[in-house]
Amino acid sequence: MTALWQFPGGIHPDENKHQSSARAIREAGLPPALILPLQQHIGAPAQTRVDVGQHVLKGDCLADAQGPMGVPVHAPTSGTIEAISQQPVPHPSGLSDWCVTLVPDGEDRWGARHPISDYPQRERAEILAAIRQAGIVGLGGAGFPTSVKLQPPKQDTITTLILNAAECEPYITADDRLMRERAPDIVAGIEIMMWLVRPERCLIGIEDNKPEAIAALREATRGSTAEVVVIPTRYPSGGEKQLIQILTGREVPHGGIPADIGVICQNVGTAAAVARAIHQGEPLISRITTVTGNAVDYAGNFEVLLGTPVDYLLSLAGVHDEGVRRLVHGGPMMGFTLPDAGVPVVKSTNCIIAAGEGELAEPSIEQPCIRCGACAEACPMELLPQQLFWTSKSGEFDKAEHLNLFDCIECGACAYVCPSSIPLVQYYRYAKGEVRNQRAEQLKADQARQRFEARQARLEREQAEKEARRKERAKAAARSASEPGEADDAKAARAAAVRDAVARKQQATASQPDHNEPAGAASPANTGGPPGEPAGPPIDLADLEKQLAQARNKLNTMAGMLKEARAAGTDNVDKLERAVAKNRDRVIRAEQALADAHTRVDATPTSTD
Amino acid sequence: MGSLITTSQTSSPHARRSRSTAQVMLWVMIATLPGLAVQTAYFGWGNLINVVLCILVAMGSEALVLALRKRPVGFYLKDNTAAVTGLLLGLALPPLAPWWVSVVAVVAAIVMAKQLYGGLGSNPFNPAMVGYALVLVSFPVAMTTNWAAPAGLWQSAPDLGATLHSIFAGGQTAIDGYTMATPLDVYKHEIGSHVAAEVWQNPTFGTGVARGWEWVNAAFLLGGIGLVALRIITWHIPVSVLGALAVMSLALGSNPDVTAPLSLHLLAGATMLGAFFIATDPVSAATSHQGKLIYGAGIGVLLYLIRTWGNYPDAVAFAVLLMNFAAPFIDHYTQPRTYGHRKARRGIASKGAD
Repeated sequence: MTALWQFPGGIHPDENKHQSSARAIREAGLPPALILPLQQHIGAPAQTRVDVGQHVLKGDCLADAQGPMGVPVHAPTSGTIEAISQQPVPHPSGLSDWCVTLVPDGEDRWGARHPISDYPQRERAEILAAIRQAGIVGLGGAGFPTSVKLQPPKQDTITTLILNAAECEPYITADDRLMRERAPDIVAGIEIMMWLVRPERCLIGIEDNKPEAIAALREATRGSTAEVVVIPTRYPSGGEKQLIQILTGREVPHGGIPADIGVICQNVGTAAAVARAIHQGEPLISRITTVTGNAVDYAGNFEVLLGTPVDYLLSLAGVHDEGVRRLVHGGPMMGFTLPDAGVPVVKSTNCIIAAGEGELAEPSIEQPCIRCGACAEACPMELLPQQLFWTSKSGEFDKAEHLNLFDCIECGACAYVCPSSIPLVQYYRYAKGEVRNQRAEQLKADQARQRFEARQARLEREQAEKEARRKERAKAAARSASEPGEADDAKAARAAAVRDAVARKQQATASQPDHNEPAGAASPANTGGPPGEPAGPPIDLADLEKQLAQARNKLNTMAGMLKEARAAGTDNVDKLERAVAKNRDRVIRAEQALADAHTRVDATPTSTD
Repeated sequence: MGSLITTSQTSSPHARRSRSTAQVMLWVMIATLPGLAVQTAYFGWGNLINVVLCILVAMGSEALVLALRKRPVGFYLKDNTAAVTGLLLGLALPPLAPWWVSVVAVVAAIVMAKQLYGGLGSNPFNPAMVGYALVLVSFPVAMTTNWAAPAGLWQSAPDLGATLHSIFAGGQTAIDGYTMATPLDVYKHEIGSHVAAEVWQNPTFGTGVARGWEWVNAAFLLGGIGLVALRIITWHIPVSVLGALAVMSLALGSNPDVTAPLSLHLLAGATMLGAFFIATDPVSAATSHQGKLIYGAGIGVLLYLIRTWGNYPDAVAFAVLLMNFAAPFIDHYTQPRTYGHRKARRGIASKGAD
């Protein structure tokens, strides 16, 4: 027997499982149309490969996986693509997303299937690819691509494969019925997974409130290395982190994944889907969904084609439309309400609750927190929910992060027990969202600062190089003057370079007096230049005006950057302030130079070209 | 397609089963009843009258301030928290204290210590103890000369009419014979010039530890254990208060000819009322388990120090208020270790500390 550990906190909500667990799984059949969202998983949405009007067969790939975390979407039945459009999808945001609408032709004709009967003789990569190609994601609710999870990072050695059969959320019985009726499928899937990851042991964690499922699994695992471990019923024992803690006594490190401590955790429904994909060559096109709640007459579990509209499913269960007070997708603890019963069943739809009058009652009005600590007693992650609440409510997100905000798994145990009816989880979601926004903005500001600093460095470097070249040339010129024996052409070239340099320098001095020079050099008092001196080099007014315009432009740009930096509160404000001051000086000098030039031009018109 | 069913949209969790704040407070009040009953039986009608008076004044002043603050009066009054504050003051004040002492204490508790800070949940100090400390330092005579003698209702305690007359009409002389210094007070002042055996002869001690007081404390202990059993409070604060008090007494006051013995510390004065009903006020206490242990131990230590070397015979109010000051600090340094973290995070948030 495997020793059991305990996780801290936890609650015992009313189970409400008996309503749906008594009936055998029923086929939901073919609805008039199937709506298949292109993103039913964590990762990039799939890319459609079919056109409107095209006829497809059951199991045909409708959309290809994109990116390493993507999985494809398949046709749950044969039929015609009616539309590729934005449709409401089951998501807490209530927003629409791209979906393929498939109208069944009623024949339910399979396309080509490619079962792999001899997987132990194949390459592992091939089997992983087949699992990915079958569109399999975690069916427990999170929708993480299964093939990715089965390929842990190379440095991690997997010692334990955990099958999550806890199903700790109230109302949901989909895994319970699956285990009772199809335990051999689950075990077949477990064997494939074990072959893939080669763990030392496999533990199936199941809550003790499912005796029939436990018996069925024990029967099916006879002779297998997988061990059925019965754990006490306590929400949220089925949370991945909690189940790992119960079964191994170890904790997934903060910011890490279970593979870091040698564990991979998979849902039992996922295992059955893997078996179906490999042994039958059938992609993930259906799942078991619990339909329950007081507003339906025949609560139970359905084998539902993905894309089946929820209202179709509810009508199969005998829903009283007018009796539905709340429609929940998922369980009562972590699920979300659906604004529209027209949304489709997706890969993560483990339960639909049509709550009737008095069921899952409206929360009462939020009262002040009295810091009673009931939430901390219930928290399975050992957070301080009330402190998190205060800091989230007052917008002190750095303090919330310090209190490990991001370790919150949003299980809802704290809000469940709160005597002041505070929607705690909602506060944490809000704080997490705000922190993510702030991080994104900080990243943008950092990038802007880095770009600016790199540009400054480049400008300084260029200036230094220019200066070095000038000195080099001056030195060379001096050398060539003192060494008359050199070749004529070289001497001529150097002399020309020196002349150029001198001319350039003079022009620069005239138009933009260097700050190294005495301040008076460009002051209006010296406009005419010292008496007896020849007039300066030819004055190009257009050039001076251009330089002034450039200097003004630059000043504006820098001032703009400074304003932004001040608004964003980045730490390059000082540097920008200096840069603005420098550019302002430059503009003033350029203006003066232009004014000088004007006076000179007026005074000695003959000296201009 | 897409037939709309208009249903409510709310955030998870959708299931809740909790005791409301009002229920929690009601349980606290119920748990004080054994203590109140024993108080009344031994010390007469004074405490009962005080309790009724204090609850009425507490709810009245709470309603008044809520109305001034333009808050829904009924909604907040129903949370029973003002009633609990009034109840605790009624239990803690001297049974024969004049009515105006109780009224000042309650108004200070509700208006100053609670509502001026923002009402329920926002007060840094235990409201009842703010009120108590205020009248204790303001009216020292009224607060020390109005303790009833443990005369026993079934024996010679003054009847209801006389007690009412005493509290409301200043008829102090009528029942002066029924007041008596508290056991902690007597022991503290007599042990300086007598040995323990002589001090014990004082009638305030009776035949047990402290006549009447021992049973009052036992009754509050019983109610407190009930609260722990009902999970209204956790065991941490009461156990650490009593533990620290016991350790201090054993370590520093083992000679009964010099200081009050442990039995007197535990069973006289407001020890059990303080440990189970006052120190455990969640709003002003520390929050984590470890924090509660430190907070409670601080109260126990201060309780002993003030009782032994301070100017007051009892010290629950001052000990609790002093530790209220420390609670936010304790909270910063007693965060539990979160799942997946190697060690607990301590201190306050600082930029870049990750």
